[in-house]
Amino acid sequence: MTRNQRLFEVVRTGLAILIALLIALVIVLTVSEDPADALYKFLLGPLDSFRHFGNVIELMIPLVFTGVAISIMFSAAQFNLGAEGGFFIGAIATAFVAIKFNLPPVIHPVVAILFGSLVGSLFCGLPAALKVRWGASELVSSLMFNYIAFFFGLFLINYLLRDVNAGAMVSYTFKPTALLPRLVPKTRISYGLIVAVLLVVAAAAFMTKTRWGYRIRLTGANARFAQYSGINTNSVVVYSQVIGGFVAGMGGSIELLGMYTRFSWQSLPGYGWDGVIVAILARNNPLYVPVAAFFLAYLRIGADIMSRYSDVPNEFVTLIQGTIIILIAASSFLAKYRHRLVFKEALESDAKGARR
Amino acid sequence: MLNIRNRGMRMDELLRMEGITKVYPNGIVANKNVDFSVKAGEIHGLVGENGAGKSTLMKILFGLNKAEKGRILLEGKEIRIDSPYAAIGHGIGMVHQHFMLVPSLTAAENLVMGLEPRKGIYLDIAAAIRTTEELGRKYGLVVDPRAAVRDLPVGIKQRLEILKALFRGARILILDEPTAVLTPQETEELFVQLKLLRQAGNTIVFISHKLNEIKELCDRVTIMRSGAVQGTFAVSKVDEKDISRLMVGRDVILEVQKTAARPMGTVLKVNDLVVLDRFGKRAVNGASFSVRKGEILGIAGVEGNGQRELVEAITGLGTFASGDLEVNGRSVAGMSIRKIRDAGVCHVPEDRMTDGCAATLGVEANLMSYNHDSVQFTGPVFLKGKAIRANSDRLIAEYNVKCSSPEQEVGMLSGGNIQKVVVAREFSSAPSLIVADQPTRGIDVGATEFIRARLVELRDEGAAVLLVSADLNEVMELSDSLIVMYGGKIGAYVPDAKSVGEEELGLFMLGLKKQSPEEIARVVHD
Amino acid sequence: MNQILSVILNAEFGYSVLRVSTPILFATLGALISDKAGVMNIALEGIMLIAALSGVVFSALSGSAGVGLFAAVVAGGLVGLFLAYCALKLRTDIILSGIAINLMASGGTVFALFLIAGDKGISSSLASKVLPKLNIPGISSIPVLGTILSGHNVLTYVAFIMVAATFIFLYRTPLGLRIRAVGENPNAAASVGIGVTKIQYLALTLSGMMAGFGGAYMSMGYVSWFSKNMTAGRGFIALAAEAMGGATPIGSMLTSLLFGFFDALSNTLQLMKIPSEFVNMIPYAATVIGLVVYASQKKRRERKTLESAGAASRAATAADAAAANKE
Repeated sequence: MTRNQRLFEVVRTGLAILIALLIALVIVLTVSEDPADALYKFLLGPLDSFRHFGNVIELMIPLVFTGVAISIMFSAAQFNLGAEGGFFIGAIATAFVAIKFNLPPVIHPVVAILFGSLVGSLFCGLPAALKVRWGASELVSSLMFNYIAFFFGLFLINYLLRDVNAGAMVSYTFKPTALLPRLVPKTRISYGLIVAVLLVVAAAAFMTKTRWGYRIRLTGANARFAQYSGINTNSVVVYSQVIGGFVAGMGGSIELLGMYTRFSWQSLPGYGWDGVIVAILARNNPLYVPVAAFFLAYLRIGADIMSRYSDVPNEFVTLIQGTIIILIAASSFLAKYRHRLVFKEALESDAKGARR
Repeated sequence: MLNIRNRGMRMDELLRMEGITKVYPNGIVANKNVDFSVKAGEIHGLVGENGAGKSTLMKILFGLNKAEKGRILLEGKEIRIDSPYAAIGHGIGMVHQHFMLVPSLTAAENLVMGLEPRKGIYLDIAAAIRTTEELGRKYGLVVDPRAAVRDLPVGIKQRLEILKALFRGARILILDEPTAVLTPQETEELFVQLKLLRQAGNTIVFISHKLNEIKELCDRVTIMRSGAVQGTFAVSKVDEKDISRLMVGRDVILEVQKTAARPMGTVLKVNDLVVLDRFGKRAVNGASFSVRKGEILGIAGVEGNGQRELVEAITGLGTFASGDLEVNGRSVAGMSIRKIRDAGVCHVPEDRMTDGCAATLGVEANLMSYNHDSVQFTGPVFLKGKAIRANSDRLIAEYNVKCSSPEQEVGMLSGGNIQKVVVAREFSSAPSLIVADQPTRGIDVGATEFIRARLVELRDEGAAVLLVSADLNEVMELSDSLIVMYGGKIGAYVPDAKSVGEEELGLFMLGLKKQSPEEIARVVHD
Repeated sequence: MNQILSVILNAEFGYSVLRVSTPILFATLGALISDKAGVMNIALEGIMLIAALSGVVFSALSGSAGVGLFAAVVAGGLVGLFLAYCALKLRTDIILSGIAINLMASGGTVFALFLIAGDKGISSSLASKVLPKLNIPGISSIPVLGTILSGHNVLTYVAFIMVAATFIFLYRTPLGLRIRAVGENPNAAASVGIGVTKIQYLALTLSGMMAGFGGAYMSMGYVSWFSKNMTAGRGFIALAAEAMGGATPIGSMLTSLLFGFFDALSNTLQLMKIPSEFVNMIPYAATVIGLVVYASQKKRRERKTLESAGAASRAATAADAAAANKE
């Protein structure tokens, strides 16, 4: 993409976000008794205390993982929505290692996370395998696997790892050696943040600077052409989803070991779906994922704070998220202007080339 | 030879297209001030090579295209045709090469689609069936109304398409290359039906490049070439050779500068190749030829005579039913596309947007699609960015690709530049055999000249080039030798492309003349 | 094992199957209508949620279950229309549009629930109405069949009637013909003057209305309240069921019953000390297996069709050649 096109995309994204926020404004105005206060809490709440801002970063971390996972899969034009399940089952697998094994400090979390990632990759790889072998839609099968992952995972927790002495349906506590240490005091941000940063760099490098990432992008752009260039698109379809699952599983593992001492999730946390929004906002580019993840986390925490201190429930943030998806992915949105820009560029590049 | 040109309206003239000019966005003039008129109750043939403008003209008549200039008159009154719907409203129906039928619906349902007979809120299927049967009897176009279209053979599907047009009140029927998909048997049946339709007072425009059919079926024929009408004649007053001469010819001869070829060992050997198309018909019906190092062998022929299937078989995009293909002495039967490429074959595809590039990726990404995993461009983990960039810069400069940077999206470039990216990538893989399929179609003159010059250069460096082109100029000027494909077989071999004239070539291309098997066999070297 | 069999072969179980199949059947028929028009309605899940909430809210407000049902169906249609707008006018990929709508529905319904009922989990504070159950006079006295078929919620009977209605609509009305044409070959439809986009708008709206019935049943029949995310993936199961049913009304009915079977089975097995989580997995795992079986059958059928077409053509060519040689 040229610089002007990039600028255009930024403007388009910004406009979409603006419209979504306007809708939020309208909702808050209608619903709240004290809209000004509610809005203040929503837009600036995350910034009003160190702890609140910490919450944003804490939420951003799992979103980076699922965002990267989905970005990779979408880059190959695979509509695998199994990041949700991969995240969850990865966490379960990690809990297993964190509870049942005794390992030295640094090794313990690493092994746990690795195991979680591998299990995640299995769960996302299965829809891929089903697609390649039998032509079954990865969209529907990955959705089913989300539920399978959920119920199977819960089964494992409630029957193998359940702490009967605790009050609620939770697992045993993790061995202290497995936990990820705190990175920033006075917050719950763990070393997972560093892993997230490293992941973004690694993913970006993978997608743009290795042949496998290149093949993924080529297959996503034009699978037929990729085939005619001699690339085995079937294998690309599979490994793009396996890698996506690996990252999703890692995300679940890190979230668990960084923020909790026991496994206590009773429902799917929803980070996988958020990952879809992050990927769309980031245009499937791992480098933009942190920005998109931060933005989304900010919105969520803002809505949380607002719901805690005012009378507007936080679920309305899904309305904003949905609007953003629809507007950004809408090819017709501002298509006229894009057309004009493209036309102008084509003429310019022809002229520029002629001058050479 | 009597040349009956329409001056003013004649008594029995039904339809008239006047001064039609159509220019496509990329600058190509598809129709140049075309005058075309049809008499009531005649079967009027419209002939021309691909790209002559006949399809464009008929698309304008049927409302699928808009002309820049010109008007259409029906029974002397000017009409506007903005859409197929409008055309149908004026009594003009078209039977396309790709059928407009819904496979899972029955013939009757397809017939009445959009004009469904009703019984209250319900679809009156019985009425639809009755209509189908009645129409079928009336016009001698019998189709089983209850059969699902997907179960019908091709000939019957075509019949249904004609019935559809008649059902909607078409008095003028346009048939676009109808016999391309039919067996000889089905073709005969079609002709009987068309003659019956003529008797019933319908008017038919029959687009074809098969001159024997024109001779058998049509009353008059209009010949188009390079977007202009070459003449309209009574079929009885003109013979195939005349038609061929007008159909196949060049207005301007574009010379390509090249020295004589010095062909050496055989690179590609095609042995008795049989390739089936998707209907199971023999698109390539036993072709044998070879291409040597240092020569450009052109395949001349009207499109649809097996060239596409031949290219697909050679490049691995399709399979073949029998025969053999050898590259540098090794059989490539059953090889994956990758392996065929590794054997030294490169391919400039006919459709560059679907098969030749990824439009949303950058120029550089498109240049490296084949060799991105060679040792030169990738290490154990990472791609060698600098080497790749250096290569891209070099190719962009060498092939004069006009882009703002190697990162610019290929889809943003002009057609000629996109083709140059394709060609740059393919030619830089140091191929033994280059299969160039319509390499300069739809691109500007500058890019065209560049690509042709480059092909000659590669030939001089020892590559073997198989050139498939519907552009007569290109195939006559660029090739050193050429073969002509007709009906899936090789109809002629011309060792020195310069030794044959357009007229004779036209006869070969239209199947009016054929060399003896011995003469043709000379194209299989060693 | 014997225990399980004795449970399944019980008439009560048959009743149970029909009961739990109802919402899936509605959603599957919704998927069918949109699929026939060539547009995939991923938003069935979200539509059902919105419809379920609408049913509860409007029945409470009006004091009438009928009004609630009406509101649910209208809501479903409106969301279907919205989906069509996003996908056809704004040209957002239809799958992403569906995902967005599901997301908005999931949060939006909780949001609305809280505002209206004051609770984020369940709508018990609302005096919502329930649609009546029907005892069919003649049938209810038949020994086994009576237990299975009679005494269902009215919407269950509506669902099965809808199978017939959908069949008639798609295969016996002009509009249904056009929908099928648009879905299979939009070019052919356009060439005879059928407005492809208009038909797709219509199909998605109808699809939404059908899912609306399913949502209404969830909160006004299956149970008598709305709770967060109560559809639990039924909208997605419907997609698989529709594909497996070969995109036909009867097929959809059969596959919906199949999933209803597994769903009911999981309910029953829970009572038998088999871990509920494990049992809950069954419908979804069954869906995956069913999807794979269906897809592999489809592939095999396609290959056979190609092969036989090739053979037939080859035979025809040979016959022609032989005939030509004779001349």
